[in-house]
Amino acid sequence: MTLAVSAAAFATGICFGTLGAWAKSSHAALPRRLADGYTTILRGVPDLLVIYLFYFGGSGALSLIAHTLGAQGFYGLNGFMVGMLAVGLVSGAYQTEVLRGAYNAIPHGEIDAARAVGMGGLLMLRRVIAPRLLHYALPGMGNVWQQVLKESALISVTGLVELMRQVHIGAGSTRQPFEFYITGFTLYLILTTLSGALFRAAEHRSARSERRL
Amino acid sequence: MSELDFLTDTMGRLLAGLPITLQLAVLSVSGGMVLAVLMAVARSASRPAEWFVRGYVFVLRGTPLLLQIFMIYYGLGQFAAVRDSVLWPLLRQPWWCALLALTLNTAAYGSEIVRGGLNSVPAGAVEAARVAGMSRFTLYRRIVLPIALRQALPAYGNEMVIMVKSTSLASIVTLMEVTGIAYAIISETYRAVEVFLCAGAIYLILNFLLTRAIGTLERRVNPHLRGAATS
Repeated sequence: MTLAVSAAAFATGICFGTLGAWAKSSHAALPRRLADGYTTILRGVPDLLVIYLFYFGGSGALSLIAHTLGAQGFYGLNGFMVGMLAVGLVSGAYQTEVLRGAYNAIPHGEIDAARAVGMGGLLMLRRVIAPRLLHYALPGMGNVWQQVLKESALISVTGLVELMRQVHIGAGSTRQPFEFYITGFTLYLILTTLSGALFRAAEHRSARSERRL
Repeated sequence: MSELDFLTDTMGRLLAGLPITLQLAVLSVSGGMVLAVLMAVARSASRPAEWFVRGYVFVLRGTPLLLQIFMIYYGLGQFAAVRDSVLWPLLRQPWWCALLALTLNTAAYGSEIVRGGLNSVPAGAVEAARVAGMSRFTLYRRIVLPIALRQALPAYGNEMVIMVKSTSLASIVTLMEVTGIAYAIISETYRAVEVFLCAGAIYLILNFLLTRAIGTLERRVNPHLRGAATS
């Protein structure tokens, strides 16, 4: 569950991040302002607060929408959705900066060259910009992933039974909290170490086409 | 109650939690910084110390802060030895537990930042100080630490902002700081958006002031860069 909610939040974060990075490097003032506000607020406010906003506010908003559509009763966001959206939104703010930096690192000549051989916008995005962007962004994205993995522990406050919640329940019901928390430490360490290795492997792979100096 | 009244009322109640938030942030950052410098220096001093610090950093950076807080608040009390020790009156209180967890956590991140700073001290500067006959202590006090800390300041500023935000986790072990009060008001009134705006504004202002202060400090400790195009 920890992995599922982290992966979902990470994917959401990439969507928000891509949008944010695109808005920030746009020439129009309005999207740039909006993206600036987004990264400033989401990076300056505690994640726990954002989770509470979605946990309580999300259910209210959903019920409101459901009621205006004519439905009855209470509609709530479940813990998974809350976690995915809240952590996704926060990590998206960090992802924005990572992707923006990576986009700026693409040599302008490569884009000019792609245009010169007559590539269309979409083809250029697929064949030139995306691969280069991914290569430059990987180390930063690895950081964001580690952060998301540890932040997913906060989602336990919504009652979603992920690793942290499971550990806490076990600790409470067996009255042997120390053993359970130590197990929790070990499991999180395994997760972070393994995914760190995975990202290093991915970086290595994406560096195949780089010219070595 | 009108909208504006609710907002001002909420703001007033949230601000009552500000002292605890500030205490936790200031004390954990300063305590963590002392530990961080000690660990970073110890790491380069001896082999066993290096392995200890490495393990410490690995564990504390690889696990969620929430788990660390729970471990100290609930986990340690399991042992009779801890309950009988002189520290128990402190470890029983959520305030001390949260402070301890935050301090240990930021010390791990901080020690890596300071290590980066130490690595950036030019070897020539250290050699020159040795040649001039400085003792090891004077060398650190006059040459190594000033250069290293100046180098580490921007990254340490980030860590401080993260710590201000991390104090919100103390609310989970029943402390009524800003986020804890926000949670209480939200569950009373179910007006999540308004309360979020108020609490968010408090943290944003705190972090804004903090980044400004660090920026000023950076300019002060880098007199040689003044006038150049730095931000």
